[in-house]
Amino acid sequence: MKLSYSRSLLIFLLSSALPGHAELRATGDLGVVIERETGSIQIVNTTKPASLSHIQGLGDLSHASIVFSRDQRYAYIFGRDGGLTKIDLLQDKIEKRIIQAGNSIGGAISQDGKVIAVSNYTPGGVKLFDAVTLEQLAEIPAIYGEDNKLSKVVGLVDAPGQRFVCSLFEGNEIWLIDAKNPRQPVVKKFKDIGKQPYDALLTPDGHYYGAGLFGEKGLALLDLWQPEKGVEHILEDYGKDDEQMPVYKMPHLEGWTVAGDWLLVPAVGLHEVLVIDTREWELVKRIPVAGQPVFVTSRPDGRQVWVNFAFPDNQTVQVIDLKDFNVLKTLQPGKAVLHMEFSPRGESVWLAVRDEDRVMVYDTETFAETARLPAQKPSGIFFTDRANRIGW
Amino acid sequence: MRYCWVLIGLLSTCAVAEQPNPQRQQELLNMLKHDCGSCHGLPPKGGLGPSLMPEALAGKSDALLADAIQNGRAGTAMPPWTSFLTVDETAWLIQQLRTR
Repeated sequence: MKLSYSRSLLIFLLSSALPGHAELRATGDLGVVIERETGSIQIVNTTKPASLSHIQGLGDLSHASIVFSRDQRYAYIFGRDGGLTKIDLLQDKIEKRIIQAGNSIGGAISQDGKVIAVSNYTPGGVKLFDAVTLEQLAEIPAIYGEDNKLSKVVGLVDAPGQRFVCSLFEGNEIWLIDAKNPRQPVVKKFKDIGKQPYDALLTPDGHYYGAGLFGEKGLALLDLWQPEKGVEHILEDYGKDDEQMPVYKMPHLEGWTVAGDWLLVPAVGLHEVLVIDTREWELVKRIPVAGQPVFVTSRPDGRQVWVNFAFPDNQTVQVIDLKDFNVLKTLQPGKAVLHMEFSPRGESVWLAVRDEDRVMVYDTETFAETARLPAQKPSGIFFTDRANRIGW
Repeated sequence: MRYCWVLIGLLSTCAVAEQPNPQRQQELLNMLKHDCGSCHGLPPKGGLGPSLMPEALAGKSDALLADAIQNGRAGTAMPPWTSFLTVDETAWLIQQLRTR
């Protein structure tokens, strides 16, 4: 009797010591959906799929992106208004939020997970923060040219060796930032790399950093294994004589594709996806597509590439088969498909369909819609498996 | 009744921009928030494109703004919207921006 009483007491004490969640939540199943108009996010379970919680009060999320802590417990949200918010995915709450600049575009987390870097438009530059406390560790103003102007900073990625790499939109420069001592980062500057770099990518092995150019054709390429060789301008001749169309949304280079020796990137101002041979860095094919590509995103196994498009073709999504570089499937998920995110091993893909106020999930083999979740004007979708990828 | 016709005649000769119908106004506001907002921010305090807040536009004439929207701005990322917006719709959008 006494024994069972103390056992009951023990069970009672144990159960009341558990946190408020009825069930334990594993981080590997989690993702975040940005709701751009309301400044809110949804935490989602990517296996079920299901919405787990809503968090409000995140400011201007009109161009928000996310990186995850190495343990996948925390999401760091970079808002347009300079907000940097650390979300606890296990407790559905804002852990910490600061306004670190006037206008921000994105960020990255260091190789060791201890430093958050943010790229800012106003004031133009990069800031480094402690990933635990969000204490500012360093500020790197993007000063360029003879009259010391500040440039907007784009294409910020993390790179091996506790480094970050970024590009200066007005400054036409690429900066390689060594953050081994994050309070005193060391910057190596590469000047005149091409006109108006608008975004950048890092190859999955961390070997090459490529910045897309808006003001001229081609890409600026930096070999991070041999940075002393300087920046090379590749693909400067493609489509030179084609009529240039106005660009209604800047293409993005995040989520780009390496499949074997191929790199696929969106063409700027053309209805094409470009296939580049990464051994010679030469253009091998221009794939005609339904509009101006925004994201050209690889399924994790590299067999398929999913492409979404800028206004006025943003109701369409196309799938390219890497076997023969042909468009395998054209989908019409709804008005304004803004972003695509694959499940960790790629059996499904989630689409943010902004003007239909929903997120849609597709099977990547059958192209059947398998689920949909309501979301207010969704834009970015980010899953926690990004935590362990370089340059995402 | 005759006065009414005279009034209508007078009104139609005035250079008053035609208001978009309510449904089109909703479409235009959505476009402003999201498609314009992807570069100019939400609210449009600036991003890759400059701020479109009333104070930022105060020193700029309607004609200049209409030209920027209709024909874009060479050397920047601003494209021409003339295929998607009529002159009247452009004028209405500028009014919306000025009186936010």
